[in-house]
Amino acid sequence: MLSSYLTMAAILFCIGLYGALSKRNAVIVLMSVELMLNAVNLNLVAFSKYGAVPSLDGQIFSLFTISVAAAEVAVGVAILIALFRSRGTANVDEFDEMRR
Amino acid sequence: MGGFYIDWFGELVAFFAFAVVMIVGAVLMLTLTKVVHMVVSLAAVFLGLGGMFVVLEAEFVAFVQILIYSGAVTILLLFGIMMTDHQAVQHEPTRPVHEIVSAVAAIVLFGILFYAIRTTEFEPSAPPLQAGVDNAMEIGKQLYTQHVIPFELVSVLLTVAFIGAIVIAKKEAE
Repeated sequence: MLSSYLTMAAILFCIGLYGALSKRNAVIVLMSVELMLNAVNLNLVAFSKYGAVPSLDGQIFSLFTISVAAAEVAVGVAILIALFRSRGTANVDEFDEMRR
Repeated sequence: MGGFYIDWFGELVAFFAFAVVMIVGAVLMLTLTKVVHMVVSLAAVFLGLGGMFVVLEAEFVAFVQILIYSGAVTILLLFGIMMTDHQAVQHEPTRPVHEIVSAVAAIVLFGILFYAIRTTEFEPSAPPLQAGVDNAMEIGKQLYTQHVIPFELVSVLLTVAFIGAIVIAKKEAE
């Protein structure tokens, strides 16, 4: 049963990776990153039940991951709004002044 | 033995039901054209993941998942969309090479992960964790004894991050 959960998490992670690499709207990229973080949480909780040393530590670790991800989304959306205000677009291809 | 079989079969059925919800939601998130519809399908993925946590006997994590992700994060992303592109529709893909390379990278990564998962021998020695009876109380005890310093640090992190978010998103005085 453990490998089913790990495969499910791998599917979610890869869908999120594809979205983060290929989408142009910055909000969609943020959503894809959230999907990848969720895949990691699924792995943590699955190992917490079926791992070699089952314990609650995996669940507690996933709680910390969830709270850090919530902080990340808040700061990310704030940066997006500020960028949109100054550049007038939410397209990630336009945010390239560090490259020039 | 019969009870064990029923438990195992029920877990399998629930797992596949939630897995179908999550994969359909994730694929829809990538293929839908309107950004608001994408957020709704992402909420479906979050709800399916919460159900999968219940199947894994992690009820507290499941409810935190539903509160934080399906509630707060989804609404926050909706606000992000409303404050940036109101009529946002994903335009036609104008860079097919980039998309194909991204898809190949994701599929190759999935192949590697799948191969690693299939070939690893997971030790079945220890019996699965039975934390279903009073899950929240056990987590609370551990949070306030063993993990109390990270717990307090997370509260500081959340405060700093949210104040920072307000400062960043605030309109600058001209």
